[in-house]
Amino acid sequence: MIEIKDIYKSFDDKQVLKGITSTFKEGSCNLIIGASGSGKTTLIKCMVGLHEVDSGEILYNDRDFANLDFHERIPIRKEIGMLFQGSALFDSLTVQENVMFSLNMFTEMPNSEKLDRVNFCLSRVNLENVNKKFPAELSGGMKKRVGIARAIAMQPKYLYCDEPNSGLDPKTSIVIDNLIKEITEEYNITTIVNTHDMNSVMEIGDNILFLHKGEKWWEGSSKDIRHTHNKELNDFVFASKFFKEAMESNNL
Amino acid sequence: MLFYHLGKYVLLMKASLKRPEKWSFYWKEIIREMVSIGVGSVGIISIISIFMGAVTTVQTAFQLVSNLIPLSVIGQITRDNSILELSPTIGALVLAGKTGSNIASQIGTMRVTEQIDALEVMGVNSPGYLILPKIIAGITMIPMLVIVSVFLSILGGMIAGNLSGAVTQSEYITGLQADFKTILLTAGMVKAIVYAFIITSVSSYQGFYTEGGALEVGESSTRAVVVSCILILFADYIIAQLLL
Repeated sequence: MIEIKDIYKSFDDKQVLKGITSTFKEGSCNLIIGASGSGKTTLIKCMVGLHEVDSGEILYNDRDFANLDFHERIPIRKEIGMLFQGSALFDSLTVQENVMFSLNMFTEMPNSEKLDRVNFCLSRVNLENVNKKFPAELSGGMKKRVGIARAIAMQPKYLYCDEPNSGLDPKTSIVIDNLIKEITEEYNITTIVNTHDMNSVMEIGDNILFLHKGEKWWEGSSKDIRHTHNKELNDFVFASKFFKEAMESNNL
Repeated sequence: MLFYHLGKYVLLMKASLKRPEKWSFYWKEIIREMVSIGVGSVGIISIISIFMGAVTTVQTAFQLVSNLIPLSVIGQITRDNSILELSPTIGALVLAGKTGSNIASQIGTMRVTEQIDALEVMGVNSPGYLILPKIIAGITMIPMLVIVSVFLSILGGMIAGNLSGAVTQSEYITGLQADFKTILLTAGMVKAIVYAFIITSVSSYQGFYTEGGALEVGESSTRAVVVSCILILFADYIIAQLLL
């Protein structure tokens, strides 16, 4: 479980996060949504330690991550997997080396065992025969799947996905969404997804956190979101007329 | 501003020189960088070295107008210039352009494509993993390149002297063997090591703090070359003052 308490973060004079508090439960898919510039990515970056918070607590199973130094954070970091918006695969390494990276760096497993783990992770994301390819040889969807395979290689307890559907076609987006959902349930991971994709919100969101101008504006389930009277949230979720009509015609 | 960058550079170097998480993993990176910096630069260093020696010989011969000075002096001057200045300094300036821009753009691209963030989320000390192997590879391979360069420069001088008829091979070799001071070799090697550290660390610094996109990666790369060249020439003067 991850708890964030009263998170504040500013860059120079600009206050980006204003007292965000929430709880993300184990085995659930938690979605952070909001317009561009609402603070979603900053919140995720604070939670994984890429940005330091100005004040507040980030508790990973009661361990206060925000107030630990670099070395004290390492055991928690090993429990975190992250899929980046652009996949962030290491260009100079093959797919196999990318997925094996943290196993090589942090474990003393024999090579055969590491290779088995890599093959398992790649098959879990439905990728085969790509071990020797370089990231530049893969499509956007394949890169995302390799990113997920790399994120789950160390069997993380917490999985972060920063806009996993950006730049993907609708069909591949659904494949990635389903994969994230399946992995979350299968390994009982606490997953946090930062997204703009309304299909993801409706399909995989167990808990949805809506940020507006750096504040927590609304929180609830994907069922609640369909009947909310929160104006900003409605404006955001139903910005697409087509999406709104589709929801209404299907009586969802 | 200068002190701001100096402070950031020192902190980055401190983080880079921390004990690696796993030496065996870093070792592979060091070898990879040695191949990139060392083997990858042999071609350009060979070409410039031969011509540096050739030009030094021809121009020295042109300026030797007195019959009282033996022609073997040409060999001696080419040797001393190659060891002390041409191979280490000109070689380093060329390497700042080739290797420095390569390091800055490589690390800069990793920064803007979130690859460095990915390392940090994993718990890897990213300055250590990315910069330390480059510094070790640089201070190992660049002095070796300088040694190769010295030999080729002297060889280039001998060939040019023969071809132009400015000095015979035997006179040139007599000059090479005359009055050799070991301090020249020491100064040349000290320069090579200092320049290697400047090129790799300054370029890594420029790349590591790149912000933005492709345009900024290009700017970092250019800045890495410019700053490295200025620091190399500044260090050249300091080392010359201290050692000679």
